[in-house]
Amino acid sequence: MKYLCLVYLDERRLAEVPDAECKACGDALRRSGHMIAAEALQSVHTATTVRVRGGKVSVTDGPFAETKEVLAGFYLVDATDLDQAIDIAANIPPARIGSVEVRPVRELVVDDAAPVRAVGGEPR
Amino acid sequence: MAALIEPADAVAARIDALYRTESRRVYATLVRLLGDFDIAEEALHDAFRAALERWPKVGVPENPRAWLVSAGRFKAIDGIRRRTRFVAMDDVSDIVDALPDESITADAASIEDDRLRLIFTCCHPALAADAQVALTLREVCGLTTEAIAQAFLTGAPTLAQRIVRAKAKIRDARIPYQVPEPDELAERLGNVLRVVYLVFNEGYSASSGDSLTRVDLSAEAIRLGRLLVELLREPEAQGLLGLMLLQESRRAARTSPTGDLVLLHEQDRTLWNRTLIDEGSALVERALASRRFGPYTLQAAIAGVHAHAPTVEATDWTEIVGLYDVLLRVEPSPVIELNRAIAVAMRDGPAAGLALIDALLADGDLDGYHLAHAAHADLCRRLGETARARASYRRAIGLARQEPERRFLERRLADLPA
Repeated sequence: MKYLCLVYLDERRLAEVPDAECKACGDALRRSGHMIAAEALQSVHTATTVRVRGGKVSVTDGPFAETKEVLAGFYLVDATDLDQAIDIAANIPPARIGSVEVRPVRELVVDDAAPVRAVGGEPR
Repeated sequence: MAALIEPADAVAARIDALYRTESRRVYATLVRLLGDFDIAEEALHDAFRAALERWPKVGVPENPRAWLVSAGRFKAIDGIRRRTRFVAMDDVSDIVDALPDESITADAASIEDDRLRLIFTCCHPALAADAQVALTLREVCGLTTEAIAQAFLTGAPTLAQRIVRAKAKIRDARIPYQVPEPDELAERLGNVLRVVYLVFNEGYSASSGDSLTRVDLSAEAIRLGRLLVELLREPEAQGLLGLMLLQESRRAARTSPTGDLVLLHEQDRTLWNRTLIDEGSALVERALASRRFGPYTLQAAIAGVHAHAPTVEATDWTEIVGLYDVLLRVEPSPVIELNRAIAVAMRDGPAAGLALIDALLADGDLDGYHLAHAAHADLCRRLGETARARASYRRAIGLARQEPERRFLERRLADLPA
């Protein structure tokens, strides 16, 4: 089962978790076969929020909600159950100073009878 | 040998008795076999319905529990087949193949393990704290949602919602149905014990007025405690059961005939239940002897010293202060500091206790805790400092949330010399 581990962190404390340590964590997960994907994110001041309302795209600066802890990176992992996912999350270095939200991935329910739209495709 | 065929009403009575003693065991095993709480619940009821139908005709089977487990499993698989009849047969057999072989289902050891699995799953720390309590009472103890709602003075729909959400999380986030590995057991057991003690305290501190119509949560907690002691050789589980039994032993002495609260110091000790005290004390001794005990065992040891003291004055306060010192090392907390200060007041006189409580209140952590102000008031009263006592009783009354406690403090306030 796939779990997404979302890493939240007060960016002022980012320096307390060296990049080398995060890379080592990712390498260990790759070796143990749990890793699907992981990335660290640029600072939250680079964030842009996009909404589509009434067919119109609106673009605003910053994240959806202002909070002290912001999304700083993610790990998409493969784990047998929540206990294993929690173990993995507990070993992500920023968990020491921030928090890691663990969310199981949901399979999209697609009616087989209906035509499947191409990925990213607008109605043709 | 063919099973003896008994009269139908005798069989019905046996099934009834089996339902009371065995249904939660059968349920715990069905959850493992079927992998879903709701399907298991339905299968459990189908199994007992099948027993009511079959047993009067063919006799009660030699191993009723195993019979019920396989009947429940069969009915559930049958249900899955019916529901999926429009699905390709390959998919159905996949589902059925995924169910473990029933030959491994019936031995006593694995069934006991299933009960532990159920407890650890219901008390999983990834579930909301109040959901853990509700789910444990519902799934492990078999209480109805209505009874739990009534016991916690919450609405049944709210509680049902909480239980549904918790079950959905177990399923969708895949919380495993297993007893934690040895390296994680201590921590996870701590959470289970916390849930059990919470249930106990809810029952223990419930106001007595309408308690006749409410399910006895303390009794349920003690049953859970016994189950844990039986299934796990863990000293802290023994310590918690000992603590609950020792507290329960004072129940009859805790309230006056008019429903008012009677403090430990003023209780009629002849009302204490000696059988519970003996059982509780034996558990505490076993736990202490293991040298792997924790805060519950220490609190139980303190309760044990009180239980064996013939009067307040003859209580071994030096021993109690010593136990609080150990407890503070294991689990530092201002509430335990407060209790230690009260014990010091008993050992060395009210002035020594008051100095400690003054310092604790100055730290600020206990400012919103009514019992801290009540203890402060009590020591001031004993030292003849009436004005300070009055102010502290008023503060305590303002903070107390339970009616009997408020009445008790108001009586104390009224009894102060003018």
